[in-house]
Order: sequence, then C-alpha cells, then structure tokens
Amino acid sequence: MAGPLGKDLLGLAPLSAEQIRLVLDTAIPFREISERAIKKVPTLRGATIVNLFFEASTRTRISFEFAEKRLSADTVNVAVAGSSVSKGETLVDTARNLEAMKIDMVVIRHPASGAARFLAERIESNVINAGDGTNEHPTQGLLDMLTLRDRLGDLAGKRICIVGDVLHSRVARSNIWGLKKLGAEVAVCGPRSLLPNAIGEMGVTVFDRVEAAIEWADALNILRLQLERMEAGYIPSLREYNRVFGVTSARLEHASRDLLILHPGPMNRGVEIDSDVADGPHSVILDQVTNGVAVRMAVLYLLAGGKPEIADAAQKGVA
Amino acid sequence: MSLNGTRDLLLRGGRIVDPSQGLDMVGDVLIRNGVIEHAGGAIGTPDGADVVDASGLVVAPGLIDVHIHLREPGREDVETVATGAHSAVAGGFTGVCAMPNTRPVTDNQATVGFVKRQGEAAGFARVYPYGAISLGQKGETLAEFGEMVQAGAVAFSDDGRPVESAHLMRTALEYARAFNVPVAEHCEDMTLARGGSMNEGLMSAKLGLKGIPAEAEEIYVIRDILLAKRTGGHIHMCHLSTKGSVELVRWGKERGINVTAEVCSHHISLTEAAVDGYNTNAKMNPPLRTQEDIDALQEGLADGTIDLLVTDHAPHHYDEKEREFADAPNGIVGLETALGVNCTYLLHPGVMSLSQMIDAMSCKPARVFHLPGGTLTRGAVGDVSVFDPDRKWTVDPKQFRSKGRNTPYGGHELTGQALLTVVGGRVVYRLA
Repeated sequence: MAGPLGKDLLGLAPLSAEQIRLVLDTAIPFREISERAIKKVPTLRGATIVNLFFEASTRTRISFEFAEKRLSADTVNVAVAGSSVSKGETLVDTARNLEAMKIDMVVIRHPASGAARFLAERIESNVINAGDGTNEHPTQGLLDMLTLRDRLGDLAGKRICIVGDVLHSRVARSNIWGLKKLGAEVAVCGPRSLLPNAIGEMGVTVFDRVEAAIEWADALNILRLQLERMEAGYIPSLREYNRVFGVTSARLEHASRDLLILHPGPMNRGVEIDSDVADGPHSVILDQVTNGVAVRMAVLYLLAGGKPEIADAAQKGVA
Repeated sequence: MSLNGTRDLLLRGGRIVDPSQGLDMVGDVLIRNGVIEHAGGAIGTPDGADVVDASGLVVAPGLIDVHIHLREPGREDVETVATGAHSAVAGGFTGVCAMPNTRPVTDNQATVGFVKRQGEAAGFARVYPYGAISLGQKGETLAEFGEMVQAGAVAFSDDGRPVESAHLMRTALEYARAFNVPVAEHCEDMTLARGGSMNEGLMSAKLGLKGIPAEAEEIYVIRDILLAKRTGGHIHMCHLSTKGSVELVRWGKERGINVTAEVCSHHISLTEAAVDGYNTNAKMNPPLRTQEDIDALQEGLADGTIDLLVTDHAPHHYDEKEREFADAPNGIVGLETALGVNCTYLLHPGVMSLSQMIDAMSCKPARVFHLPGGTLTRGAVGDVSVFDPDRKWTVDPKQFRSKGRNTPYGGHELTGQALLTVVGGRVVYRLA
C-alpha cells in the first residue's frame, strides 16, 4: 500500500511542497524519541530493511541504521565495494535476489545517477535513495530543510546559498529542488568550473564571489570539496580554493547580519570551511546530524504507509 | 523468363520517384537479369514475369544506409551480418555500409573480405564494409587502405572514436585520394566528452549526468574541414548532431571544400528530453540534443548542406542496456524504423519533399560513396524499395529482424512503412 509519499523516495524533485512539509512535520515527534533514555518504538516491528551501499558512507549509513533500529525494524547492511560494474552481478540481479528474500524496504546508495529509480522501477519494495551519483540525496535535503526551518521559521522568502562543487553534488540538487518548493530563494556560489553550465536556467541566482554570497544570504550550505576535483583539473589547488571560495571567519565578519552555517559533511577543515566557522556560534552542523536521524525515521514511517496521527501516538509510545 | 533463370519482375502502377533522373510519375518498373530494364510508362507484362501491384505505393531506387554497425565478427550474440542485412531489407534498405568497429577490428583485407562474403551469403541487403582508418582503431598507424579497397572496402572510418591525431587524419585524407573513397570521421573531442553520457545542458544539470557539449563535435568538424581543404581529400562527417556543425559544413561547402555530411533519423526527431527517467534506449553518441539543433539539422537536410540520412544502427544486448544510465552502452537500432521516422518527421511536416527524402536516403548515398544503385536508370542494379509513406504502424521491437531491441521508438506510432524490397531483381522482403 502506498503511503502519503508514494512507494519510494527517489528525490525531492518529484515531491510536492505538501509532501515535503509532511516529512518535516512528522520528523519532529520522531526527534523526541531519540532524546529518551529508551530510544525505541515498535512502529516498524517485523519490517525488514536492507541498507544497500555501493559507495563508502559512514554518516548516512549509520544515520539510516539508527533510524531503522529506533523504529524496531530488522536491518541488514550490504556494503559493496565499488559499483556493480566492477562486481559482476548486475544491479537488477542484486535487487531481485534481495526481493526474493522477502524484504520490505531498500535504502540504496550508488555512484550512478538514476540508480535508485532504476531499482524502484524493478522491485516491489519501497526504495529510499540515500544518494545516487550526482543526482539527488533527498534525506540530506530534508534534514537541511528541517535544520533551516528550526532556526529561520517558514522558509518562504528566506535566502539560502549553496557554496562549492554544485556540478558534482547530489546534495546541491536536492536542496535546490526542495528549498524552491518551500518558497525559499536559492543561490549557488563557486568556481564556474564546478557549476553546471545551465545553472542559470535552474531558477537559482549565481554568485561568483563568496563575499557577495555572504552579504546576500540568511544561510550558507557549504559543500564538501572532493580532492578528486583538483586532480581532474577543475580547480588549480585546494589552497587557492580556500583563499578564494573558503568560508572563513574573516569573511563572515564583514557580513552585515548573522547567517547560519550548514555543511552536509564530512568537512575538509581549512578547505571549504575554516575550523572557527565550523565550530562557531552560527554553525548548525551537528543539529543537521541529529535531524538526520529524525527525518529518516519520518521517511521510513511514511513510506511504510503510516498516517501522520500515528506518528504522534508513536511518540507517546503507545503505537 | 530471363537468361539467368530468375524471372522478370514487374512492379506495376506505382508512383515511381527517382530523383537521380528527375522522375516522378505513375508507371511500371521492370527488372530483368537483376538489372533495371525499364522505369517509366506502363508496359505490357512479359511472359512469365512476376507481377507486383504497386498502385498507391511509392517505387523508389533501393534505400542505402552508409552508417550501420553489424557486430560480426566478435559479437554475434548481438547481431550478425545476416540478421543486420535482414533487418535492413525489412526497413526498405537494399544496401548498407558496415562500420569497422568489430572484434577484431576490420582493419585488414581478410576481415573486409569476410564481412563482404557474409553479406553475400546472407542474400538480403548488399553489405559494403568500411575499413578502419588506423590499425585496431588505435589512432596510431594508418591501415592498409589499398588492400582493403581491393577486398571490397568502400570507405574508411574509426567510427566509435575520433581520429585524435590531426596528422593521422591529414595523412588518411591524402592517402585515400588514390582510391577515390571517403574518409568518415566520428567527430568528438574526447578531452571535452570523456565521461559524458548525454547532451550538456539543462537536462544533464537536472539529472546529474555528465554532459557532452556541442563543441566536442564542432571542434572536430571544423578541424577536418580545414584538413580536407589542405589535402583535397574527401571528408565525410558522420552523424552530425548540432546546429553549429551544420553551420560549419555549410561554411566548408560554400568554399568548395570536399566535405559531405550525414544525420541520423533520431537526431532529427528526438530531443534530450527522451533521456528523462534515465532511459538507456535514448542513450547514444553523439547524444540527443535540443529542438534548436533539430531545427538546424532539418534545415540543413532541406537545403542540401547535409547530404545523407543514416541510422547509425547499433544493436546492443538487452542486458547491456538494462542497467545504470552512465554504464549503459551508446547506440540504438534504426534500420527498421528509419523510413517511418523520416516520413513522420521530415516528409509529412513538409521539411523535405518525397523526392528530397529519397535523394538523401538512396541517390546521394550511392553517389557520395560510389556505390551501385541509387537510380532506376536502365542497366542499373535491380535494387528497388516499395513503400507506403502514409501507412500508420506502431513500433513493436519484438517484431524486429535485428537481434537488437534497443530503440527509443517502441510503442510510437509512425507513418510510413516499407512493404517490398528488391535486391538484384529478387524480392528479399515483403511485409506479411
């Protein structure tokens, strides 16, 4: 039975503003479960969930696993080194084998854009995209939005700038689609070699200089700069990146107002973000991590067909 | 009854459209001893002739596709010369040029001869092998053009990959002059295109796929036009896909440079939007582009800047396409849909007249590649396509003669279908 989000969560592009708000609202009671001494409710008791990770991940995988366990689901972690290409077995065969073991949900992380959708179209189980190539990372987008909403209130008209390697970032795409649906103004800032050529047609503002982005924004979402980008020749050096595009306390001092600092992690301290900013008073980076578990609990629960009112009951521990 | 034992074939009462001689009339075509005996007004039925009623149908010189991939030798599980040639006649084609990116590469006289003999043994469309420009298509050493021409090669190409060395391309253009054959380039600057799996633009940005910019193609188009100007060789541009490429070819032709160009049916009919949803059957190289590019390519066909229509027929195994988009191979099959696609997207909207379309699918391919056919003049090979440009049909890949099912047109309704194909006076295909 399809719940209020449909069968799968593949991205934020396919969701409506109402569906996004539903996830964020549902996450709040679930967040409180994690504050308890006994962090467990029986909501998904008997459900089997496979965490299928074709890419290395620590934070996202652990966050999903906590979310699943706090909802009492049975979980299996499958970590596949490299993509299915190097592995021999195709993705579709892997999926069908899992399904033959009668599972209920699959959380998939994969290096190819579209892989989560590919899987979802071929199996009956609910599929949750935990990051597919450079396409989307919807639960990261949702937890970013919950964190922003906690601090800024209604996001309509709020100014969020995504800073860094937008070209290769699934986090950037999920943020752009999700934030725009909630009425926020979205900008990107980074070297043009790390922005999609067609970025202007995606309905976002582009800042070439991080100083201008800081002046404009209510919040910065700072993306991790992968070392491989330097090796592939997209930027001259990490050192220069920090000098030109790094978010530093010196740059923030010039801002005419306080702004929130987000980072999806893991951080390269001293590259895209300086330590005193990451650890500073405006950083909500650890709030993002806390919210990550709550948002994932909400997504699991809603995909399982849950009604929002049951979430309240679950929070009270009677469901 | 004719001398060699084959019976005369009379195609009666069709609309004969033969741009090679400016013919467009209702009449009869008679093929005797495998060659055209008559194409024009109504004639009587010779004794013992097979007669086909072609009234209401178009009778044209056999269609020729100068750019297809048969997978033999090497990947006979995906396509053989025989299945590909069968697919060709089912799409109205009487001649096809097979690209040399086989395994091993068709870069020597033995392999060229093998492909040609496999085509003759199959007895469907005439199969003309390409030879590779460089040994192993590695872009290093010029292959033996002379011996390959002797064995039946009609043109040279490293298609599937570009000739990265401008020096090697220059040498190929110069060397090919002795044999009067075209050198066909797959235009793609790999330093721009590597890792890309679709057109670079808004759709690639949305889908999170690495794009291939138009300039990756155009840089090679202008490079090779300039090399053709320098050498006097005949450069043929494979599968052009961008507006800029059309403009550059126009620039070259205006200066009298020996450049010809082809466009694939999918590039004049589908945009990059077909990729949405990560549809691997819309993945090919060069990729589907934008409506602006389609408009320019169609205009180029209409004004003759682009000489030929081709398919770039590229069969792949089902398993190879049933996977993550970035990992799926490039290419789609096209022989059995091309006529329908061209009628639907070029003829019926009025982009090209029937005569222009047949010119680009039959007469010009024969002329540009120096092949038999492409005409119904007396004494020409008896290769004829009979089709109904107005017949509606729905593409069902399961019905293909090709082993490949990888098409973006599955379930599409097309208008225009091949009904009867004649090669050397023999009916090799008739729509059931």
